[in-house]
Order: sequence, then structure tokens, then C-alpha cells
Amino acid sequence: MLDVPELKDALDLAVAKGASYADIRAVRRRRESISVKNGTVEGVSMSEDQGFGVRVLVDGAWGFASSSKLDLDEALRVAGDAVRIARASAGVKQRDVVLAPVKPVTASHVTPCKVDPFEVPVDKKIQLLLDADKLAREDKRVRVSTASMSFFEEEKTFISTEGARIKQKRVESGAGISALAVGQGEVQRRSYPAAFGGDFACAGYEFVEALDLPGHAEQVGREAGDLLEAPQCPSMTTTVILGTNQMALQIHESCGHPSELDRVLGTEASYAGTSFLTPEKRGKFRYGSELVNITADATIPGGLGSFGYDDEGVPAQRTPLVDGGIFANYLTSRETAARFGERSGGTMRADGPHRMPIIRMTNINLEPGDWTLEEMIRDTKEGIFLDTNKSWSIDDKRLNFQFGTEVGYLIKDGAIAGLVKNPTYTGITPEFWGSCDAVAGRGEWHLWGLPNCGKGEPPQAAHVGHGSAPARFRNVRVGVGKW
Amino acid sequence: MADIVLNKSRADQVEVAIETADTYLTRFANSEIHQNTGEHTTEVVVRSVFGQRVGVASTTSFDREAVEATVKRAEDIAKLQPENPGFPGLPGPAEYEAVDGYSEETATCSPERRAAAVGEICRLAVKEGLVASGSFSTAAHETMVVNSRGLLAEVLFTRANLLTVVMSGTGSGYAERFSVCVDDIDPRQVAEEAVEGCLADADPGDIEPGEYEAIFEEYAVADMIQMLSYMGFGALAFQEGRSFMSGNIGQKITGTNITIWDDGLDPAGVPLPFDTEGVPKQKVVLIEEGMARGVVYDSYTAAREGKQSTGHAVSPLPSAGPSAVNLFMAGGDSSIEEMIASTKRGIYVKRLHYTNPVHPAKSLLTGMTRDGTFLVENGRIVRPVKNLRFTESILGALSSAELISRETKLLPLYSLGGIRAPAVKVSKFTFTGVTEY
Repeated sequence: MLDVPELKDALDLAVAKGASYADIRAVRRRRESISVKNGTVEGVSMSEDQGFGVRVLVDGAWGFASSSKLDLDEALRVAGDAVRIARASAGVKQRDVVLAPVKPVTASHVTPCKVDPFEVPVDKKIQLLLDADKLAREDKRVRVSTASMSFFEEEKTFISTEGARIKQKRVESGAGISALAVGQGEVQRRSYPAAFGGDFACAGYEFVEALDLPGHAEQVGREAGDLLEAPQCPSMTTTVILGTNQMALQIHESCGHPSELDRVLGTEASYAGTSFLTPEKRGKFRYGSELVNITADATIPGGLGSFGYDDEGVPAQRTPLVDGGIFANYLTSRETAARFGERSGGTMRADGPHRMPIIRMTNINLEPGDWTLEEMIRDTKEGIFLDTNKSWSIDDKRLNFQFGTEVGYLIKDGAIAGLVKNPTYTGITPEFWGSCDAVAGRGEWHLWGLPNCGKGEPPQAAHVGHGSAPARFRNVRVGVGKW
Repeated sequence: MADIVLNKSRADQVEVAIETADTYLTRFANSEIHQNTGEHTTEVVVRSVFGQRVGVASTTSFDREAVEATVKRAEDIAKLQPENPGFPGLPGPAEYEAVDGYSEETATCSPERRAAAVGEICRLAVKEGLVASGSFSTAAHETMVVNSRGLLAEVLFTRANLLTVVMSGTGSGYAERFSVCVDDIDPRQVAEEAVEGCLADADPGDIEPGEYEAIFEEYAVADMIQMLSYMGFGALAFQEGRSFMSGNIGQKITGTNITIWDDGLDPAGVPLPFDTEGVPKQKVVLIEEGMARGVVYDSYTAAREGKQSTGHAVSPLPSAGPSAVNLFMAGGDSSIEEMIASTKRGIYVKRLHYTNPVHPAKSLLTGMTRDGTFLVENGRIVRPVKNLRFTESILGALSSAELISRETKLLPLYSLGGIRAPAVKVSKFTFTGVTEY
């Protein structure tokens, strides 16, 4: 990997060619992925990528260039390319980019990791997956069982013309299982601990072992089979209790994304859209009921959205987004915060060396309340409990959403009354959060890791976290569409 | 580089895929450029095979030492695995059709040229009191696949894509163009389409969700066909029973006026002669006159059925499954004007947003309309309406397709593929919700 002297030479060249500000990130990443399906190892892969990206401000406009060729000549060529690109940008600008101040630091940060997952023998990992995979197929209605784990390590050096020198290293681990049952004209999937690869954290192999995939595999297979025989989720307006996994997606789509200030200011308009949380709403708008307290917290040890410093060298922070139901703050960058005369909230991250940092969620969490899931169900005359996300969609201002979950359990007179298949629910974001009348406590609160949040052009995948306990919402429309 | 891998390998079989790319993207919003990037990337992917044990490793470094280490890593991974009885071995050598998927104009497109195009769009929008956003990307790729069985495949190809969303305080318009050659893209035409659409979309009014006749522009149809491909045109989903094609080959699944195929060699798309395994691409008819005809295969899924790969692998690992990435939907004999004129009461949809499968085996999809949704009454567009949510079976909708346009539009599919789609009018489409704008 290029080190600080070469990186600094590249920045010096950018300044000599006219940059008023420049930063450079040198990044080395490696990944290991293992998947098994129906008792067979489907794939084991290891990838390693290295590169660097130079970001420059010239004549008040941005330019960015990157390369995976690691030598000084290439670093200088790329720095020059970034300046040329920035100059082209300056020909189509409405205003000069201004950056909010940040104190440049020399620092390092490493995420917690007890057992280096890359040092655990591959055959040991394969065996754990095969064990779980076999148990998931104990139920004969299961046609396809899968088990997978993946590990990610990133080392990053950031330096800027303002004097920042930051080195960071993160290690991530994650795993999951799923069972696909087919029969009676139906196809149903059940997953543990979550769909789409499971759960992830900034942690070592100890995180995968603690998930105890084999211990949950039989139940996953059985529930997939049971879903084949379950009745279709009825179409109705009712009380909905969401489990923590579905809460993670609900928070992600309807609070996390609309709080990104770059979206609010229009810079994602042509791709994922804008946001209903326009600037005049800050500090006044009732986003949810008084029970709704949502926080962006990049400082939680082990969170997939945790780090020491963002990709502008701004320290990780904890920021309330929704406070007692009132929309309070945005996720910000140096450029967007400066538009409001504020300091950056430290949420700029890039997906590797070849992407320009953009505002990303950190760990966006619904703070715990004082109920329990059991109390919520007991207190519900008629409703439905939904969990494990299956599908998601939301409009381009983040108002009208619709989610599907793997399972739904009808609730009648304070007790679970039966399983239903293909549950969906839909709503308008502030109405939905406004109907929240119960949030479970810290004992049932879980911080989920999502390694695949898509945003930006060219596309970038961010690793983010969402903490939540189960929560209850009134008058929600469920069972959408014709089945 | 390939020789280094082949010489270093101690495996029974080895494959190396080498990719280099120069990708540039100029992104604009609020009628100014806010991101402008250029990247030079390289990747070497090694697949080592011992018997039926397969290991895959990759690096972005072209250093001899790093590449040799990658070969060793792939071999170490393979040796630690149990046999995969479904693995058919690496494909053998093949002949490739010459395709014209490269443009020197695209490969050498400068940041100044992209900025000039963006500037033209922004000026036209600002002149009308509107705000322009979008992106203009140009990319040149070189891909080579070599294996120890004597397969050697190499290709240069380019892609250019310009899109814009133009917004007023209340409405928005959209336009997009995609091609191998950047010279095919006229920024003024893109700007005019989006500006005109935005001006027509001023102050959208209320609309009740429900079942309507519906007219979908090419952008919306391409989105639907892309999601059909994601949900079920690949052999892996088909074999596992989670595709709407499973158990339906030879059965009627849409109206007889619907024909959809994949053809990686057709110059009307964005041609590529081979897949990630180096297997030549074949034309595969997926739906023919409403009948489910077939799905696309890679080596792994083909071997399960005793078939030959159709050249649709997208990964050296079987877990990804094959994918149809050069899609075409046959045009008809109608036009958008005729569709509007024939509609008593319906919804006109410019494009879709955030589509996501609800139930893949039923082709059930949800999503929103975006950047221009209009009410059509008695043969004419009467007013813009607020964006609608739909939850609908796409095969069901295509079963009620009444009119299909002669004109088709080429649009990007995933990162490197393309889809050519017409506009379609259906007699029944279920909108299940509405948003506030």
C-alpha cells in the first residue's frame, strides 16, 4: 500500500496544479466468503483489492480520480487527473464548495476483534456451515438450504492538505442460514438471524460462533415448511408489532435515508431521490410519537456503522435525529454542514478507494422504551406480529413505503393466534411513526449489521448498523395486493 | 499475466479472468456538477480446480508476486474443500463471433466533453426555471478469460450513459440514453425530453389507487423486464423452483403479443461475445408469443440438466447463478400516441422507482411511479397525478398487454448489460397506494 510520503507527494502536486484543498485515501481490503448449499460447498473465495483515491477542490469545484496501480508515478498522474476533472466541474457550478472546519489530527483507530477470522482454518468454517445446512434440511419440505459466512478487513490511510494523518483498520464478520420450502404451489423462505446473508458486526470469528447457526437451523427449516401450509395474510387495517429485524429495515428506509443532508439538498435527486425532511422542518416537524427517539451513533463498539473517523477525517459522533418524536438533526458532511454554518456530523464514507465519499448512515438506532414484546402482545386485542425482512420499497422522497416479511403471526385477544404467509404492510412515514405507541426495552434491543446499503453513482455499498427493540404501531394497512 | 497464472498453477485445471477498466462519471445536481470522478481499475480472478474442488481468489494488483500469491491462495482454498459433485469442470476452447461493442470516441471521451454536455442540460433547465440533476458516464473495458484447457477469449468494449431528472417545485421529468458510442447520445435531445416532461408534470393532483388501464413508457417496461430477469430468467432460480418459469416451460404465461429474449451478440444492444467463464453467448428465447420457452445457463446449471451452457455465467462461483443481461422485448405495431388515444380512463407512467420482488414465483412486484404520472381520459392526457404505488404480477400485467410500440429504447441493465424495450399499454394494472406528491 502507498504510504504517507508518496501520498503527500500526490497532494503537493495537486496543490501545485491549483487545488485549494485535497485529500487522499489509500485503502487495502480483503474479503473471504464461504457458502454451502444442500450439503455441498458452493463456493469459497478470497479477494484482495488495493488502491487510492484523490479528491481535490479547484476553483470551488470537486474532482476525484483513483487507481489500483500502486506507485508514485501513478499517484502523481492520478492527482493531476483529479485536478483536470475538477477544473471541468468548475465550468458548470452555481456556487463554490465551502468546507466546514475540522481540526486535523494524527490518529489511529482499530475496531474490536477477538479472533481474527482470516486465521481460522477454512475447513473449520466449512464444517460449521455444513452442520447447520444439514439440520435446516431435516424438514422434508425444504428443497434448498443454504448457509454462508463472510469476513471483511479494511486498512485505510487518510491524509489531507490541512494536515490530517489518520490510519484505521476494521474487521467485520457475518453469517446466516436460510431454508427454501417448495410445495402446494407455494415457495417460502425462512432465514436466521436475518435474510440476505444474516447478521454482521465489526468483530472477529467470535461473532459467528455466538450466532449458533446449527442451534437454529432445524427451526428455520420447520418454519419454512410451515409457511407452505399457512393461510395468506389477510388484507386489513390493524395493529402491527414489528420484530427487531424488520424494525432495522423500517428505520433504515424511512429515517436513515431521509436524514441524509446530501439527499435533502438534492444531490441524489437523479438516482435514489430526495427527502421529505426539508430544512424548514428541522426542530419543528413531528416525525413520530413522543416514544420515538432515533439516534445516529458511530461510536458503538462493534457496530457495523462504527468507525474512528469518517473519510473526511471528522471524528465519529452520536447525534439525535428524532428527539421525542420531533425531527432534530441530519446526517452531514463538511460541505453540507457548512451550508448551515455548522460542523460536520462525521458521516462521509466511501466504498473503497475508487469512490468519492458521500453521506452514509452510521448506526441509526431507535432508542429502547420500557415495554416487553410479551407485554405488547398481551396488550393487543387484534393485530399481527411481523418479522424478518423479505422485500422493501419506498418512494423517492421516503414517504410511501411497503415492506414484506418472511413471517406474520396474527394476534387475537392478547395472544398469538396463528401463522400467516406473504405478509406485507404499507404506510406513509410520519403517519406510521406517529402511530407508535410502544417500544420494548434494552433487554430486547439488538444492533443489526447491514453490509449492503446502496447509494450513489457509481454505486456504493455501505456497511451500516441499526439498533432496535420490537415496537408497536396502530392502524397499519397489511396484506397489500391481490394474492 | 495469464502466462504467469498458467505456469504457476499446480491445479488439475486453472482459469484466469483479467479485467481492466477506465471509468469516468460526471454527476450533477442543482444544475451544477457536484461529483466528477475517474477511476482506473484492474482485477485478476483465478479459479483453481482439483478434481471437483474449486477455489477462487482475486487481486487488483498486476505485480507478479501478488498474482502468484493469488494462484496459491485459490489452490489452498480448493484443497481444503470437500468435492462438489455438481461441478462440471472448466469449459473448453471455443470460437467467438466478432461483435462491435467498442467505440474509440467513448474510450477517449474527456471530462471537458462530459462537462459541456452537462452544461447544456443545466442551461436548458435553468432557462425554464427548472433544476437539473443527473449523470454522464463513459467507460472502456478490456476483458480476457484464459484457462488451462486452451480457452482464450478477449474483448474490448465501451459504454456511455447520460440521464437527467429535471425538477420544478412540484413536478419532474426524466430522460436517459445509453449506447456503446458516446456520439449516439445527443445531450440536447435528453434535456428537451426531460424539460418537456417536467413542465407537463406541474402540480400533480389527487388520484385514487385501484385497477386502471395503464400505459408504460420504455423506461418503466425496461424496469419490469429487468425485474423479471432477476426473479426468474436464470437456470438456478428455475431449478430451485423459485422462478415463475419453474414448471411452466411450454405453458402460456403472458399474452401472445409478448416475446422476450436474451442475445449478447445483437448489435442493437450492447454486445459482448462471451460470459465470465469465456463461454460464447447464445441467443436464448425466454418467452415467445406468450409461451415460456427457456432460461439461461452457466456451465454449472447446464451440467445439472445435461445441457450446454448458453454463455450466461456472471461469476466463477456457482452460488450466483446465471443471468440474462442482454435482454430484448419485441416491439409491436403501435405508438404511444395511439395508446393514449385508445384509453378511456387510465394512468400514463413515465418510469418506475424502487421496484422490488414481493413474491418471485408469482412475478409479484411492488414499486412506485416517478418523474411523470398522468391521468388519461377519453383518449387524451388530462392532468398530472401524484405518484402511485403498485403491487402487481408482472406476468399478469403482460397478459393484458393490448398495444406495444414499434419504437424501442436501449437502456442499461445492471452494470454492463443492456435491455431494449418498447412502450406497452395494458388493460388492467393494480395501483395499491398513493404518495403525497
